[in-house]
Amino acid sequence: MRRGRLLGIYTIVYLVFLFAPIALLPIFAFNDAAIIAFPLAGFSTRWFERLWTTPALHQALQNSLFIATVTAVLATLLGTCAARAASMARFPGKRAALGFIMLPIALPEIVIAVALLIVIRQVFDLPLTNWSVIAAHTLICVPFSIAILNGAFAALDPSLEEAAMDLGESRWSAFRLVTLPLVMPGIVSSLLICFIISMDDFVLAQFLTGANPTLPVYIYSLTRFVDSLPLIMALGTILVTLSLTLLVIAEWFRRRGAARAGLKTSGGLL
Amino acid sequence: MTALIELKGIHKHYGDYHALRGIDLEIRKGEFFSLLGPSGCGKTTLLRTIAGFEAPSQGTLRIDGRDMQGVPANLRPTNMVFQSYAIFPHLSVAQNVAFGLRRDPRPREQKARAVADALEMVGLGGYGGRAAHALSGGQRQRVALARALILQPKVLLLDEPLSALDKKMRETMQVELIKLQRNVGITFILVTHDQEEALIMSDRIAVMFEGEIAQMADPETLYRRPNSRRVASFIGKMNFLEGRVDEAGERILVDVAGLGRGEVSPEQAPAGATPGPTTFGVRPETLSIVYPGEEPQGRVAPGIVDEVVYYGDMTYYDVRIEGVAEPLTISMKNLMGRPVLDVGTPVGVIWDEKSLVVLSR
Amino acid sequence: MGILDASPRVRAAALTAPPFLYTLLLLAFPLGAVILISFMTQQGVALDTTFTTANYQRIATEPIFGALIGRSLLVASLVTLVTVVLAYPVAYYVSFHVRPERKALWLFIITIPFWTSYLIRVFLWRIILGFNGVVNTALVSLGIVDEPLTFILYNLNSVIITLAHAYAVFAILPIYVALEKIDRSLLEAAQDLGENRLTTFLRVTLPLSIPGVVGALLIVFIPVIGDYVTPELMGGPGGRVAANMIQIQFLQLNNWPLGAALALVVMMVVGLVAALFGLVFFRWLRRRA
Ligand SMILES: Nc1ncnc2c1ncn2[C@@H]1O[C@H](COP(=O)(O)OP(=O)(O)OP(=O)(O)O)[C@@H](O)[C@H]1O
Ligand SMILES: [Mg+2]
Repeated sequence: MRRGRLLGIYTIVYLVFLFAPIALLPIFAFNDAAIIAFPLAGFSTRWFERLWTTPALHQALQNSLFIATVTAVLATLLGTCAARAASMARFPGKRAALGFIMLPIALPEIVIAVALLIVIRQVFDLPLTNWSVIAAHTLICVPFSIAILNGAFAALDPSLEEAAMDLGESRWSAFRLVTLPLVMPGIVSSLLICFIISMDDFVLAQFLTGANPTLPVYIYSLTRFVDSLPLIMALGTILVTLSLTLLVIAEWFRRRGAARAGLKTSGGLL
Repeated sequence: MTALIELKGIHKHYGDYHALRGIDLEIRKGEFFSLLGPSGCGKTTLLRTIAGFEAPSQGTLRIDGRDMQGVPANLRPTNMVFQSYAIFPHLSVAQNVAFGLRRDPRPREQKARAVADALEMVGLGGYGGRAAHALSGGQRQRVALARALILQPKVLLLDEPLSALDKKMRETMQVELIKLQRNVGITFILVTHDQEEALIMSDRIAVMFEGEIAQMADPETLYRRPNSRRVASFIGKMNFLEGRVDEAGERILVDVAGLGRGEVSPEQAPAGATPGPTTFGVRPETLSIVYPGEEPQGRVAPGIVDEVVYYGDMTYYDVRIEGVAEPLTISMKNLMGRPVLDVGTPVGVIWDEKSLVVLSR
Repeated sequence: MGILDASPRVRAAALTAPPFLYTLLLLAFPLGAVILISFMTQQGVALDTTFTTANYQRIATEPIFGALIGRSLLVASLVTLVTVVLAYPVAYYVSFHVRPERKALWLFIITIPFWTSYLIRVFLWRIILGFNGVVNTALVSLGIVDEPLTFILYNLNSVIITLAHAYAVFAILPIYVALEKIDRSLLEAAQDLGENRLTTFLRVTLPLSIPGVVGALLIVFIPVIGDYVTPELMGGPGGRVAANMIQIQFLQLNNWPLGAALALVVMMVVGLVAALFGLVFFRWLRRRA
């Protein structure tokens, strides 16, 4: 298997390329120097301590957490509706409607940002607030939520809910007692993924954020000051750790859902 | 005797597709009734209409004298065993069986007792704690049965409950289902496309084609006196012969092409048969072959062996007879001392007018 | 009778309604507003709402816009090409050489970088490729070069490297999915019919994976052409693209009508490229059929 070996080596190199930048994060976050360069100057947690004492950062973090939480809930609610509808009976225009809902993934983010900015400021003359960011984030998160939940709903045997109704439950309680528990892992996974996407987004937030910036917008503003680079490294370390944790939890839930439905899993979260 | 289930002129349209075309049906209390027919003929649709998952486009459905129009599935006195069994994968076996007891006012211990009894009844005593998704096909089916029967429905609907099982398991479950039905005395309506299964299990069978009931009868009548060529060829193996009815008054006189004239009893012909060209059916096991050296009994037609298929206990011969369009298939028991004949052997074919069926055209 | 008792069609339609209306209200309607405003003009702080094609004329005549759109296309095409070519072998490896029960784990690992902050990943590349960056300090201290290389930051190269990194997952997944769909017995059949491994790949595997490759090309191209963060942070003065200009019109120069027109032009270019692509792909499919 010489070809397999070569390919394997290539893949490893590629993975190094993918992960190398992230690996640098903790190295410089704990480096005791204001300049990001080798050789390293020694271990220090002072950048993390400085994060702790930066009020502007806390405000930004609070905003982002609020936006991401609301976005995750809204997008997952809407995504659940669509994914459930997708697994149900056909009606005229169903494919077109569902395709349209997925459209935000197929558009450059800057276009969505511009469009919403114009509507909010120019058409309705409303102020930009956290809610404008939430509206935008929900828009781009719904397709992701649908992609995650589609699998969960499609894997369900439609006769399960009918069986529950046959055994005396109403349509709503059949959904609550049978379908909901079975898709719950997908819902949790969707909540987490939407949360991550919202926390990470910069473009929409830069256009639509109000007086209080979100975390990425705040980070971006820091880049103008060279001496705050290590601070970004420290913050990045925390964010990546958080993302990874949520991601692992999301994946765990998704697999548990698949296992419950008696399926073999394959493929990642996308 | 009044019918437990009564369907009158039931039609079902799916858009342009006419899935049920005027079903009239009466099913008695305690009956084991089967809906038999090829794939896509509307069996499941009919069953789901009775269960309340499909609303008929036209016609009335009564269960125990009550009109079911507008009564949702959860309020009907029917329960269903789904083709996929629809075992709730997130619940244990006992929780699955207890699912329908949620609104039951009995105390907890009594319900647990009922669950245990139901599991015992289907041969799953002690399996209550198992996770449902770890069960075998046969066990899932038993759970589905227990789950439905615990509610003591007036009617149990079964949609091809055995088709997912292997042959051996299927045969075991056929026998168990019959016993179970006799024990509980509940009316069973079974959907199947397996004619053998329908014949073995049912008190009565409705044969369906393309959304219509072609014939409804007990298994023996259905097998011996199919009323049409379509029913006849769907159930068992049947030879078809051309010919005519010469007289259809007091006596029914027939002329079978290649075999000769004879008289049949009124049960052998459809009601109101009139003289004219017709098709006859004859089962392979009602014909036999005169072996060299044997005395022929009854009427014999000379023929030549055209094809031999050896089954071990039986041999199927296709025999070509002059004047008969298709070779006749004849099944013969492989008794001691009877050699298997070769293709090309001239033989005599014994036939009897009593085993003819006159088929409506 | 409530909606719960309605026919399955009606219930399905009722469930589709909320996300559909949301998208309609927050995407279709706003896009309409973009189109409208692109035919207006900015007069100082006020908006002149008389219909005019002035913005489009400016974009068509002033060379800066043409140059920016050209650079956008160039960057996006290069990035797309590089990303997909680099990604193909990885997708192939995971699909054909990783044991089935391990595949999910591999895909999970590959998607991890995608879920970490995009902005921070761009910064990291700045640190890696910068004048005093990781690459340069390493090269200098190893004595490979005498002084730091300058051609790796603040130009097209660094933009392409960063974007190829950012959108790697977008390329790997569609190709992987297409490769997974290939019936493995086809490959055995080809070898049985006398093809060697390379010709089997060229004559069977590659053609069958083309739908995935096309998907990957589109799914990378579209977001890349709208990306202004990386060109701004990595491209230096010569690395700006049309998306930067849109951002500047909106957030700095406050000329929204011009920005809107530019955004629409970019979108139309994307649409054109996608349509062209679709056409070529369709032709190719038909020729094979
Ligand atoms: N929801 C539906 N929408 C449209 N057509 C349907 C629907 N359900 C069933 N049909 C059609 O009605 C016909 C009868 O279907 P049905 O499921 O009752 O057949 P069946 O006799 O149970 O067949 P099988 O043995 O394959 O299960 C089929 O042609 C099927 O395609
Ligand atoms: Mg069926």
